[in-house]
Amino acid sequence: MPEIRYYEAVSQALAEEMTRDPRVFVLGEDVGLVGGTFRATEGLMAEFGARRVRDTPIAEAGIIGVAMGAAMTGLRPVAELMTLNFGIVAMDQIINHVSKARYMFGGQAQLPLVIRAAAGGGTQKGAQHSHSIESWFVNAPGIRVVMPSTPYDLKGLLKTAIRSEDPVLFIEHEMLYNSKGEVPDGEVLLPFGVADVKRAGRDVTIVAWSKMVHEALRAAELLAHEGIEAEVIDLRTLDPLDRDTILRSVLRTRRAVVAEEGWRTVGVGAEIASQIHEALFYELEAPVQRVAAADVPTPYAANLEKLALPDAQRIVEAVLKITL
Amino acid sequence: MTIAAADQITMYRNMVLIRRFEEGVAEAYADGFIGGFTHLYIGQEAVATGAITALNHDDYAIGTYRVHAHALVRGSTARSLMAELYGRATGVCKGKGGSMHFFDAQHYFLGGYGIVGGNLPIGVGVALSMQMQSRDAVVMNFFGDGASNQGVFHEALNMAKLWNLPVIFVCENNFYGIGTDVRTSSSFNEIHKKAQGYGIPGHVVNGMDVLAVREKCEELVRFARQGGGPVLLEARCYRYQGHSMTDAGKYRSVAEAELWKKRDPIPRLAKSMLEAGIVDAARLEAVQAEANEVVTDAMRFAEASPWPAPEALYQDVYAEDASA
Ligand SMILES: Cc1ncc(C[n+]2csc(CCOP(=O)(O)OP(=O)(O)O)c2C)c(N)n1
Repeated sequence: MPEIRYYEAVSQALAEEMTRDPRVFVLGEDVGLVGGTFRATEGLMAEFGARRVRDTPIAEAGIIGVAMGAAMTGLRPVAELMTLNFGIVAMDQIINHVSKARYMFGGQAQLPLVIRAAAGGGTQKGAQHSHSIESWFVNAPGIRVVMPSTPYDLKGLLKTAIRSEDPVLFIEHEMLYNSKGEVPDGEVLLPFGVADVKRAGRDVTIVAWSKMVHEALRAAELLAHEGIEAEVIDLRTLDPLDRDTILRSVLRTRRAVVAEEGWRTVGVGAEIASQIHEALFYELEAPVQRVAAADVPTPYAANLEKLALPDAQRIVEAVLKITL
Repeated sequence: MTIAAADQITMYRNMVLIRRFEEGVAEAYADGFIGGFTHLYIGQEAVATGAITALNHDDYAIGTYRVHAHALVRGSTARSLMAELYGRATGVCKGKGGSMHFFDAQHYFLGGYGIVGGNLPIGVGVALSMQMQSRDAVVMNFFGDGASNQGVFHEALNMAKLWNLPVIFVCENNFYGIGTDVRTSSSFNEIHKKAQGYGIPGHVVNGMDVLAVREKCEELVRFARQGGGPVLLEARCYRYQGHSMTDAGKYRSVAEAELWKKRDPIPRLAKSMLEAGIVDAARLEAVQAEANEVVTDAMRFAEASPWPAPEALYQDVYAEDASA
């Protein structure tokens, strides 16, 4: 199987879906001529023209609203928010409008709309450019939230997102764009709501998504040296959430750690830990542990940023706390 | 109106310091001392210099993520800014802000914001505060051509005019928002005329000519201070570098960049001061040497400065937090 990069998986998925379905079009800041800040839309404008690969002004609320209007009337827009940090500017459109329209209008409004955005910290971009705020969106009903960790998952999930009848927030991790992985030529479609066991193990379940999957896998390597076999579950989609895979695994391992890059308080990890406790309290050997970012705006200084953000070592510590 | 010889020399000193500072930043970035996003100001020196030197010491300035120059002209020391870029405890924001988030309360510089357009209503609020407290200070609110397409630009201008606030909007029109030409992103790209839609006088000035910028700004500051209400100045200029340190700027032609470099504001002022007999060549060289020294010293200072203490991670999140 050919190896491609995460960002290339984006353009492959987009190109294939645009070829398949003339209703699909792409819009966003610098997506066309420049080919995307992270090269994810490179080549698309040359292939599909400026009508279907639209450079927009720096106007995030406008971009999302425009995409919503187009989606309600027969098109399938893929709107790129250069990064999710700027998507906060469009929060009103996303939450007040996009996520509610189908329900609020009694099922009459169809919103086959994808919002792609890069997110994540770890490169000293400071407090306003390092957000992992998926919890804000998972908290809101009506919008799917997808966070792939590998090029393969990305391609398969993005194609599914584009074909979905629901609005989908598709969050890519900034630090994964150059990572490589095997992706078969041709059609790859992955269903939403199906987690992937990225490593099997019997002693503890580590639940992660996006970049934290890689930290979890590193942690599992380290733990293996200690004789602890960790199972690493990549959720891939946070909404819908694959509760069954999580619970089945934890029922076997009887221990769980949830690792996320977002803030700890009211994070997705809190929700998952709570669900595990609700379902499996009497099966657990220890309370579910959460690994997350420090509850502070991400600092710029390299040493402080490292302290603020979770990593493999933190996951190892959390696991050791409940396995020793 | 002519500008006093001493003021011209001050402006020359500022522009040379900015240029040298930014060159030092580029070196330090290449050497790995500075991380994250760093946006250089080389080429635009005349705008911050001409505009900010027209302010009183207790007038306010506020800007975007490209504000090294604005902070320097406002009076922040090269040491405190360079140390911030190095992420050190001695930085102007204790290493927590970084390049995009300078803030220097002592010098009436209110930031440094990474979200395009985000500073615009904030600056209007500062002006409202001046008016409500009957202080006669004005606010200089910097932004780029790209920011004029954000919703908040329109909200800010409308409120500023509605309440007749002493704010001078300074658009640094360098014709690009990252890789997008202003003609591609603005349906109407004479930004000074956008102000007219709100009943705000709009002016345009050659942003490569520091004397012209200064003269215009003196006039606008006087107007705003005397209760004339908000004004907008569009300064047409050019950034020589890519958008940020990680952008090679391939979307612009070499010929275009060369054309603008011929209009470089620094030799332009040097020439006019020499012709007017305000300075001699030796004096100009001394200014250059001094800037060199200041920046070299700042870099040494930054490198020798301590990292923020680990406890700083949780300091300054809330008012009651112990401060470093
Ligand atoms: C709300 C928001 N959207 C997108 C970005 C990414 N971004 C950073 S700078 C920039 C271009 C801004 O151009 P302009 O306002 O003209 O300022 P200039 O960089 O030319 O000084 C963009 C799109 C951002 N920081 N904030």
